[in-house]
Amino acid sequence: MSGSTRYCTFSVDERLFGVPVTEVQEVVREQVMTRVPLSPAAVRGLINLRGQIVTAIDLRQRLGLPAGPDHPASLNLLVRTAEGPVSLLVDRMEDIVELDDACLAPAPSTLTALDRRCVRGIAQLPGRLLLLLRLGPLLDLRATPAPGPITN
Amino acid sequence: MDEITREFLVESGENLDRMDRDFVALEKNPADRPTLSSIFRALHTIKGTCGFLGFPKLEALTHTGEDLLARLCDGELVLSPPITSALLRMVDTVRLMLADIEAKGSEDDHEFDTLIDLLTSLSQPAGLPSPPPPAPAQVAPPTPGTGQAEVPAPTPPSPPGVHPKPAPTPSPTELAEPRLPTVAESSVRVDVRLLDKLVNLVGELVLARNQVLQSLGKPASDTFLGACQRLSLITSELQEGVMKTRMQPIASLWDKLPRQVRDLANACGKEVRLELEGADTELDRSLLEAIKDPLTHIVRNAIDHGIEAPAVRLARNKPAAGCLTLRASHEGGQVNIEVQDDGQGIDTAKVRQQAIRHALFTADQAARLSERELLQLIFLPSFSTAEKVTNVSGRGVGMDVVKTNIERIGGAVEVQTRPGVGTSLKIKIPLTLAIIPALIVASGGDDYAIPQANLLEIVRLGAEGTAPRIETILGAPVYRLRGNLLPLVDLNRVLHASAATPPRVAPPARTIVVLQADHHQFGLLVDQVRDTQEIVVKSLGKHLKDLAVFSGATIMGDGRVALILDIAGLAQTAHTLEAAAGETAPAPSAGPTAVADPSQRLLLVTLGGEHRFAIPLAVVGRLEKIPRHLLERAGTDLAVQYRGQILPLIYLTRLLPFAPGPVAESLDPLPVVTAIQGGRSVGLVVGRIVDIVEDCVTIQRESRRPGVLGTAVIQGRMTEVLDLPALLADGENSPEPFATALAQ
Repeated sequence: MSGSTRYCTFSVDERLFGVPVTEVQEVVREQVMTRVPLSPAAVRGLINLRGQIVTAIDLRQRLGLPAGPDHPASLNLLVRTAEGPVSLLVDRMEDIVELDDACLAPAPSTLTALDRRCVRGIAQLPGRLLLLLRLGPLLDLRATPAPGPITN
Repeated sequence: MDEITREFLVESGENLDRMDRDFVALEKNPADRPTLSSIFRALHTIKGTCGFLGFPKLEALTHTGEDLLARLCDGELVLSPPITSALLRMVDTVRLMLADIEAKGSEDDHEFDTLIDLLTSLSQPAGLPSPPPPAPAQVAPPTPGTGQAEVPAPTPPSPPGVHPKPAPTPSPTELAEPRLPTVAESSVRVDVRLLDKLVNLVGELVLARNQVLQSLGKPASDTFLGACQRLSLITSELQEGVMKTRMQPIASLWDKLPRQVRDLANACGKEVRLELEGADTELDRSLLEAIKDPLTHIVRNAIDHGIEAPAVRLARNKPAAGCLTLRASHEGGQVNIEVQDDGQGIDTAKVRQQAIRHALFTADQAARLSERELLQLIFLPSFSTAEKVTNVSGRGVGMDVVKTNIERIGGAVEVQTRPGVGTSLKIKIPLTLAIIPALIVASGGDDYAIPQANLLEIVRLGAEGTAPRIETILGAPVYRLRGNLLPLVDLNRVLHASAATPPRVAPPARTIVVLQADHHQFGLLVDQVRDTQEIVVKSLGKHLKDLAVFSGATIMGDGRVALILDIAGLAQTAHTLEAAAGETAPAPSAGPTAVADPSQRLLLVTLGGEHRFAIPLAVVGRLEKIPRHLLERAGTDLAVQYRGQILPLIYLTRLLPFAPGPVAESLDPLPVVTAIQGGRSVGLVVGRIVDIVEDCVTIQRESRRPGVLGTAVIQGRMTEVLDLPALLADGENSPEPFATALAQ
């Protein structure tokens, strides 16, 4: 079985990640954020998306990456879920890339168990590695994020 | 025309339309079984309802048609153009009949014997496969031609003069007189989800409108101002209109009552006449659902306890049959529902006795209670004046549920009663839940919304003389509100407990919002009260659903998201939080000399009766209210799980042989004072926590009784100051362990 999938790529902490374009609803610029006390650490807050209240997930936190220098990721990448859109906070949007499904490599064993669940596969782009994320486990915050090494 | 007939007309109209389509499809593909069955079912439904509503002619006609269809379904007959035509004619005739029923309310003097004969003859199992088609053509004389399907012409077989108007082809003369739309045409079935979406969108529009109006402060042109005003007006009307689409008449709930009342009356041996007024009063679907159970409880109570047995009623010069009246009406954005019976009324003397028996009040206090206050008691959990528990009611759970359910949807319940004349229960509920009035408060720099249904009052601190009244009992802040001790919850601490330590001492000029959650009152310390506002309630995503503190979120006028506090959840969270924080609080010194200083603060409690006892605050750990259902029995001991440990509970009365009456069995939650004994916590159950006094207390009379330091006059009353450590030590050494004390 071979085919190709188009991915929407973005960077967090200078690392490149991607999700299938079919799972992306839209990208909106920085929104006023309402913090939610007592919420899981990865939840940065709530935003108002044209009247819809959307939970924003701090991807840096979620992936166990070091906290941003001073300007936290602020671009809202809205992904579709069964319960409505969820916002992933990313640093910067990158290109849309089309990748052959066959050339994805599995996540290296050096990733922690949690990280591995969230990783659909790794693609080797010229000069960079692209980590393709799996939204289901990524958005399941009940599992505690275990910060693990991510190799560049 | 009644509601059922109306529904029948709408539904049958839809069914007939579908049959039209199905027949056409069937002509193209006569062997299509599913389509045939679909027609059969539709016709069967119409036939069944006709029989039920008493339209025998229509029933006879549809029955014949059904017979024919049954044979087609069974494969005994094959659909042929004549059969299709005859069936279509039947569909048309039924449609005409329905129009007549709608216009006149009865099926009138239609005759369709010819059509019935035609249908019957068609359904005769033909010996040969070919004869059926020509045969009917002869049997049905009015059918003009068999070759062409001009059959659906306006019902040829009907006798003259039956339906001058309802003919489907309006003649020019008839057009002059505007025809009123039929019921089927004037109503549309809409998916509830679509309505919910519209409600949401209108909510958004309201917010956008608010934003526009807020930004109007700058100088604006007249045209813009005018446009804004129009926008505002239209939005309000649109909101009202869309809200109305979710409304249903309360009749949908009341329709079941006559049967329920009849059964209940029979079960109780009573005669009850039910009267319903204002059955067309409309309210939001979700609210109808919410008041269903409370209403059932109230009706049960009225029949079982309110209305007397026929013999009793006759002896009291009342008609044998009691009258139960339900009234519904709109009043100023609220719905009033009243349930009134002409029974014996609530015996307030009995309520008073019961209150004393449950030790909610002393005889003295009870005597002073107003009738209104007494009547509120019937809403307490497990409070019942019924002498015997029947399978209908009397267990004292019903009214508690009623009040809780009604309050949950932001409503209120009120009772009025006159002995021998009857009882009236009034329920007031809001029209809708999607938009609620809320109080906006600020805490830690963010805004939060508090549903006004939970709000009792607001106390501004920092004003002259009020500030000192916030006191802490070893970390647990309380506020003296008109003589009552109001436990305080600091919103900043609850919400940001894990964050950098917030100030333990409240800064000046803060505000206490007094809230009610279930049966529990507490004060919420907030930084500032901003505003009251109508807010649109929105649910939170799955990541935040588990947070008990928030019930949802809303969007403010400036577009920001504000969280809506769940007051019950907040109270719970605060409790566990305080418990956890208490672990780090300095342990109370439990030395026997703790009471030596007469000027120290004392906690005033009552036990069973009215007599007051004082406990030096220094030996008190915390004040808690423990719901009875959390009590557990470990062997013979009574205990409760508390801060992850087991807290043994002792009724303080059992340690005081001279103490007056026992603590009420019905008291719930139990007021508990915790103290340290031998390195571990013990919970002492008291009757009521009265106050904390800081006056210079002089023990005027030493006591020789064990466990009592002496007697002092506090707040003008003789008060015995207890030596808690000594009492506890005694209790521990006592040959009769806590078993009996706890068994109370």
